[in-house]
Amino acid sequence: MPGLAIEIENLTKEYPFGFLHLKKKTSLEGLNMQVETGEVFGFIGPNGAGKSTTIKLLMRLIFPTAGSARILGKPISDVEMHRDIGYLPEQPYFYDYLTAAELLDYFARFHDLTAADRKERVERMLKKVGLETARKIQLRKYSKGMLQRVGLAQAILHDPKIVILDEPMSGLDPVGRREVRDIILELKREGKTVMFSTHILSDAEMLCDRVGVIVGGKLRGVGAPGTLVDMKTQGMEILFELRGTSNAPLLSKATRTGDCYRLQVAEEELYAAIDQLRAAGARILSVAQVKATLEEFFTNLVEADGTHTSAVEVSGK
Amino acid sequence: MRRAGVVALNTFREAVRDRVLYNLVFFALLMMAAAVAVGQISIGIEQTVIVSLGLSAISLIGLLISVFIGVALVSKEMDKRTLHALLANPVRRWEFLLGKFAGLVLTLAVNTAAMALGLLLVMIYVKHSLERSDAVVLVAVYFILLKLALIVALALLFSCFTTPLLAILFTVGFYIVGLYVQELRNLPVEVMSPAMTAFTKGLSYLLPNFENFNVMAMAAHGRAVPGALILQNTVYTVVYCTIVLTAAAAVFSRRNLK
Ligand SMILES: Nc1ncnc2c1ncn2[C@@H]1O[C@H](COP(=O)(O)OP(=O)(O)O)[C@@H](O)[C@H]1O
Ligand SMILES: [Mg+2]
Repeated sequence: MPGLAIEIENLTKEYPFGFLHLKKKTSLEGLNMQVETGEVFGFIGPNGAGKSTTIKLLMRLIFPTAGSARILGKPISDVEMHRDIGYLPEQPYFYDYLTAAELLDYFARFHDLTAADRKERVERMLKKVGLETARKIQLRKYSKGMLQRVGLAQAILHDPKIVILDEPMSGLDPVGRREVRDIILELKREGKTVMFSTHILSDAEMLCDRVGVIVGGKLRGVGAPGTLVDMKTQGMEILFELRGTSNAPLLSKATRTGDCYRLQVAEEELYAAIDQLRAAGARILSVAQVKATLEEFFTNLVEADGTHTSAVEVSGK
Repeated sequence: MRRAGVVALNTFREAVRDRVLYNLVFFALLMMAAAVAVGQISIGIEQTVIVSLGLSAISLIGLLISVFIGVALVSKEMDKRTLHALLANPVRRWEFLLGKFAGLVLTLAVNTAAMALGLLLVMIYVKHSLERSDAVVLVAVYFILLKLALIVALALLFSCFTTPLLAILFTVGFYIVGLYVQELRNLPVEVMSPAMTAFTKGLSYLLPNFENFNVMAMAAHGRAVPGALILQNTVYTVVYCTIVLTAAAAVFSRRNLK
């Protein structure tokens, strides 16, 4: 059994607001969650779910109303443990009067590295995130995507055991997103633990060993992307073509696009449906199993929560 | 401590890149104009005029830098969220704070030293010589620097728990009140209740006392500053800054960032 990289216990964050701070908004409610060493853990939830709040609590940028957390077995108040942690903030912003190389060198100075080691690492990281040609340009001239790359570089600069990334793919073009995915997989191969948050499900499905789903400040499920949803077949989908009209009763249940129809039936009704369609003169194009996806699981949760109406971005394209 | 040093050097680099030291051009122009003007009007009072004007300019420019940049030191990093990535490194919040303070004081030291050098050059130009007694000008400049360090510490403290604008007002307010602390201590006891007397007395010891830092009159007339005052002001600054920075660190260490 692998050890635990991150242990979160009953973590709660309330923000007071309103007159005399009498009202409270709960951004995170009693979060209990563990990340195992060596895994890629996806923290998914719609905008405003509490992902950044959790990560900022872990990084001690904000302080909890209740609860505690440990990283690599040590309480998070221990600053020295930051030697082993890399962090990419959400929408990162850095000292705009520095160049990328200077920023990385500045951060590297907080770790016990020799000057030569520092130089070598900075060069290697700039190359890794594709910023060698921009290394001498001040960060004030960087685009959002470039800042995201600098942020990634500084997060992995000191070879940390645990890398925590807050929305690492946001602001990147498809090529950039692909590169981030590659970096995450490379970190995993090197035996690092990666926890990243995202509101884009396909990224999580593609990369993660396990995911935690958070909605409205509450954790709604943790597990491998496959086990989290009920993978039992929910039915069969038939795609067929039908020219002209027909009064087959099944047609009223199908969705039509031009001459093409899509029909979902229960598994045991499949053959009867196909017979009926053949009799009506339809041409069957395909038959496929329908499985619940992470996407549906997620959408259902969000809709049930009611506080978020349209905050789900499914593919992120 | 080493980490605070890393932050300090970066703070200095930021000030240089943000062209803070450009104020030196303004100072140079002012002193040149003064030198020419003095050469035309006066017999014998060049020293007084040049030294008073030079020291006032050094003090005023330093004050502007320490209040405005002092307040921005930490609040800008919180506001722009540059702190998020920085604090993910093994650096404590108080180390960051101390580094920011030291970095600005270093900037002010370099800036003030350059202005002091300029002042000495102008003195040579108008008097064609420098005497040993002119060293008092350097003492006056040193006192200005101590005063600026105190102001930076206060600006930092205020910026840790209030908005930048209020922090600027508080800092300026403290500075002005600090110039008259002696008067506060010497208020006529007869007209006040005992409680009131105790209050003002307590307040006067809480507030920074800037009166002892002003030796401009002595410097202008070339009179020596006693060594005891130099020691006293140095110790006072170190102790007061330590207390203020400790308070700032206590507030900042508990603060939720954006
Ligand atoms: N400083 C703050 N003051 C008040 N509410 C906040 C603050 N920061 C975050 N919140 C609220 O907490 C909730 C969770 O935010 P966040 O963790 O940023 O969500 P996300 O999952 O998108 O990262 C949001 O509803 C947000 O409005
Ligand atoms: Mg977020």
